[in-house]
Amino acid sequence: MKQSVFYALLIAAAVIGLIGYSSIFIVDETHQAIITQFGKPVGEPVTEPGLNYKIPLIQRVSYFDKRFLEWDGDANQVPTLDKTFIFVDTYARWEIVNPLQFFIRLRDEQGGQSRLDDILDGETRNAVASHELLELVRSSNRNPEDTEEVLAELDQLEDINVGRDQIEDMVLEKANERTADLGIRVLDFRFKRINYVEEVRQRIFERMISERNRISELFRSEGEGEALRIAGEKERELNRIESEAVREADQIRGRAEARATSIYAAAYNRNNGTRDLFDFLRTMETYEDTFDDETTIILSTESEFYRYLRGLE
Amino acid sequence: MANENYPSANLPPELRALKNHVGKIISGAVVLAVLFTSIYQVGPEEVGVVLQFGKYDRTVTPGLNYKLPLGIEDVYKIPVERQLKQEFGFRTGEVGVRTEYMPASDNLIDEAQMLTGDLNLADVEWVVQYRIHDPYQYLFKVRNAEKSLHDMSEASMRKIVGDRTVNEVLTVGRQEVATRVEEFLQSLANEYELGITIDQVVLQDVNPPDAVRPSFNAVNQAQQQRETLINEALSDFNRVIPRARGAALETIERAEGFALNRVNRAEGEADRFTSIYEEYILAPEVTKKRLYLETMSNILPNIGSKVIMDDNGNNVLPLLQMQPGTSRTMEVSN
Repeated sequence: MKQSVFYALLIAAAVIGLIGYSSIFIVDETHQAIITQFGKPVGEPVTEPGLNYKIPLIQRVSYFDKRFLEWDGDANQVPTLDKTFIFVDTYARWEIVNPLQFFIRLRDEQGGQSRLDDILDGETRNAVASHELLELVRSSNRNPEDTEEVLAELDQLEDINVGRDQIEDMVLEKANERTADLGIRVLDFRFKRINYVEEVRQRIFERMISERNRISELFRSEGEGEALRIAGEKERELNRIESEAVREADQIRGRAEARATSIYAAAYNRNNGTRDLFDFLRTMETYEDTFDDETTIILSTESEFYRYLRGLE
Repeated sequence: MANENYPSANLPPELRALKNHVGKIISGAVVLAVLFTSIYQVGPEEVGVVLQFGKYDRTVTPGLNYKLPLGIEDVYKIPVERQLKQEFGFRTGEVGVRTEYMPASDNLIDEAQMLTGDLNLADVEWVVQYRIHDPYQYLFKVRNAEKSLHDMSEASMRKIVGDRTVNEVLTVGRQEVATRVEEFLQSLANEYELGITIDQVVLQDVNPPDAVRPSFNAVNQAQQQRETLINEALSDFNRVIPRARGAALETIERAEGFALNRVNRAEGEADRFTSIYEEYILAPEVTKKRLYLETMSNILPNIGSKVIMDDNGNNVLPLLQMQPGTSRTMEVSN
């Protein structure tokens, strides 16, 4: 008898414990919770962390994350407005702002993710299809830094009207319009990766190669041109230097000749006597310079030199 | 705990002995459980974040710490002092003496390959170094902060690279790209309360895609070739021009030399002449004759053949023809 009382007490204690346990619940920092009674939400959602109470057995708790959640899009193959096929991979941050609404509309997070897939993938496709590739890639109209003077013409970035940031904002805005009644808010939407699809990529590679070849030729021809210019400059310098030197040398010689001439003239041309002496001396010098051992000279005894051969007169 | 008065009528003696000590055993186990769940250690690079019934209570510093046991309080340890990193476009294999880079797989190429502002492609590899500066935000504001950071990094890098030409990204713009990404990534991290500070964004290899790399190398070669051609032309210039300048100076100096020579000679000759004249004018006839005779006596010994003719003699011509080798004939008459 005593024993059965003990068992009864034990069971009662267990039941009370169970009821007590099922009447408290813990909401931690990362979560928020709503209480449902027979599947129907009751009361306000619990958003503050800590210990909470509910009616045991008939009320249930559903937890939802309170943090910023990730949404990772699939890589979609989409044509842009200028008919280039690209892969677009996106991500978004979102949060559950109204757990009650969220619970009613989407039940749980998985429901939320798949609804976001529909909305964000759709909006991404729309945005990509209505913009040119350049607008998806670029976000500003900055001027590129010159890497090489000759490349300044090639290294241009075309201007855009709409950029990556604005397109992302557009998608975000549209997505939020469509998620407004779902109890969620999309905080941030961004293009993670954009790349050409495989077939297009091959074409792009070909274009890049031809572009590079063009640049190579540019460099080579620039080098050749510059070398020719330098060679021409060299020739010009050479001619200038040489001709200037010859000119100056001739001028110096001319001045010297003129001075020598005037010195001679001053000495030889003083009067009849000097003229006569010069004439005579010069003639004598000429004799000395021009006669040699191959010369035959015929002298008359009439000459001054031999006249005494005929005997003294 | 309610089973301490469990009946022990017909138990084997071993169990009965155990039963007598059951109270001690259970209380010992409880004490151990309490101790194990209340004492914990926080490493020197960590802080501990303590939650009480799931609610943030306090942050504790490194060392031995206590909390309320049995699931009343929980602790998360966050390494706030440690520098963490994420790699993009490559993965470091074993962290050891030598850092090995894993061979590029398709997935990594997708991670690295991006469009530049001139719609070319570049493979960019980079590292983001970061620290958790706010454990509360890191734990409770964002789910999976690391994944968020990874996504944000990829988006940031592509945004920044998307505004630059492929040439900029590959050459002069490297540092700038890293700086801009760092700024943008930090602003995103702040906006989404990741609790993460970006220490540094480091660009690793930045390359054109494999398929086009040879043509990029060809550009570099052409660039070098250009420099070579210009240098060769310049060296030719330098070899010739200074020498020509020297040669020009030589020409001028020679002319100066000639001029000096010419003028000095002229002066000397003129002076000599004047001196002779001054003496000559005193006795012109005699001096003239003397000079004539002196000259003749100088000349005549050297002359090959001499013919002296008298007005009364025969014609000279037959005589001359008999003398072979005679090339010059000069008739001198006074």
